[in-house]
Amino acid sequence: MSSVSANNPSPTQPGDEGRTGLTDWFVGWVSDWGQLVLTGTMALGDFSLFVFRTMKWLFTRLPRKETVWTNFYQVGVSSLPVVALTGTFIGMVLAVQSYFQFRQLGLETRLGGVINMTLLRELGPVLAATMLAGRVGSSMAAELGTMRVTEQIDALSAMGANPIRYLVVPRFLACLFLIPALTVMADFMGVAGAHFYSVHVLGIDLHHYWNNSAKFVTNFDLFVGLFKSVFFGTAIAMISCYQGFNCKAGAEGVGRASTASFVYSFVAILVLDLFLGIALDSIYFTLYPEGAGSL
Amino acid sequence: MMIEELLDEQEALVEVKDLSIQFGSQEVLRDISIDIPAGQTLALLGESGCGKTVLMKTVIGLIRPTMGQVLFDSENINQLTEYQLSHLRLRFGFVFQNAALFDSMTIGQNVAFPLRQHGRFTDEQVREMVYSRLSEVGLPDSVVFKKPAELSGGMRKRVGLARALIMNPELIMYDEPTTGLDPIMSDVINELIIRTRRRNPVTSLVVTHDMNTAQKVADRVIMLMPLTRLEPDEPQIVFDGTFSEMGACRDRRVQQFINGEAGERLMEMRASHLQSS
Repeated sequence: MSSVSANNPSPTQPGDEGRTGLTDWFVGWVSDWGQLVLTGTMALGDFSLFVFRTMKWLFTRLPRKETVWTNFYQVGVSSLPVVALTGTFIGMVLAVQSYFQFRQLGLETRLGGVINMTLLRELGPVLAATMLAGRVGSSMAAELGTMRVTEQIDALSAMGANPIRYLVVPRFLACLFLIPALTVMADFMGVAGAHFYSVHVLGIDLHHYWNNSAKFVTNFDLFVGLFKSVFFGTAIAMISCYQGFNCKAGAEGVGRASTASFVYSFVAILVLDLFLGIALDSIYFTLYPEGAGSL
Repeated sequence: MMIEELLDEQEALVEVKDLSIQFGSQEVLRDISIDIPAGQTLALLGESGCGKTVLMKTVIGLIRPTMGQVLFDSENINQLTEYQLSHLRLRFGFVFQNAALFDSMTIGQNVAFPLRQHGRFTDEQVREMVYSRLSEVGLPDSVVFKKPAELSGGMRKRVGLARALIMNPELIMYDEPTTGLDPIMSDVINELIIRTRRRNPVTSLVVTHDMNTAQKVADRVIMLMPLTRLEPDEPQIVFDGTFSEMGACRDRRVQQFINGEAGERLMEMRASHLQSS
């Protein structure tokens, strides 16, 4: 049949082929975008429902203490060394990178203020959250994904235990409560690292370094960092658990869930960071209009 | 024959009515209606992908039907709230294909899980019940502190059975209980299914494609066909009766399944190979 039709092509006018091609391309383009929007909307709806069910269990019946403590240990205690190390090195790197720029302007003693404010408002919370997403979030997604693939989540349901209450709520609580603590650790170690490098290696005067720091950095900066970290923790826990719960079958599915949990968590951290930063600055300048003038 | 007649007269513990399941555009089950009387052991047979496990997971409420309903003890499972369903599930036991034991827990903690989750038992009572269930399935006390990864496939299946039995369920479901086991261990599992029924007046639903299991444990056998191999108006249940009646059934598809013959599938494979090359 195919050879017959190839030998006898249907009679078409010269312009027809181009028009059909363009129409087909346009229809295909609209269909692809429509499919993308539809899939995205469904995924967002599914994710919202997952968050809602988690919140419902959070306010109706808390999980057992043993499951909560295990997750608190995993998220908090086990993440502490890596967060502390990252904070220390970022503090020192900031000192190295900023010193020569500031020295050219004769402002090297202002380093303390700039570095400490950057650490408390931005780098401390963002880095602690990134480390948490990489270390804990991926592991949560992989663990829950494996449980999904090996029917352990179904087994929980079959025994009358709600998987969201048993698996998601403890992880959510651990991320929510311990990310501010990890942020404080990242802030503290960053400040300590920056102090060590600036004062003991670069030879900046100790008194002026800390005096400028005290002038620039306020309690509100610390609050901004901690406030943002709570949102980062929530996003990491929800995204990672959702990816694990919706893991596709096989080793590839678990790998993908783990990678997707980190990528989506990281994107969520950056987006939340921007919008929370704008919102918190607006609140600050509304409450203290004189603050805007002094900058 | 007497037992079968008695079972037929009993009220159905599980009623599946006009059940259809669809995942996206893929239809898995179509217009399935099955009644399982209390005390009966029903074997669901069929080739891979025909929807046996999906049907069993729908009975326990793990999958929501697209159409139709599942009644357990005259209660519509799909109309229950999450809380009511979790309580109803105390009356079910489910033995998963690969046991689905929790990796992070010891064997003792796995078997005790349903008791800790729902029961108000003392630690002493829990310990006694765990040891008793493990000994029922022929496992020594020494496995209690081991992790699932340290046990063989057959032992894990037996732990799964002990966990499913610990709450004395009224309905116990086995998902391919002998798959992946050697013939001797398969027979041990079959014996355990029979013994479980002798000890407790339990209704059982066994999903399998192992003819030995069906012959040995089942009072009644139902065979399903994958929808891809049926015409739109053909019923998905191609056989419903006892195992001995199955042997006498003249349906070519049933006989092919019993004898393990590939039949027209070989022709299809050859045609598909020729088409691709």
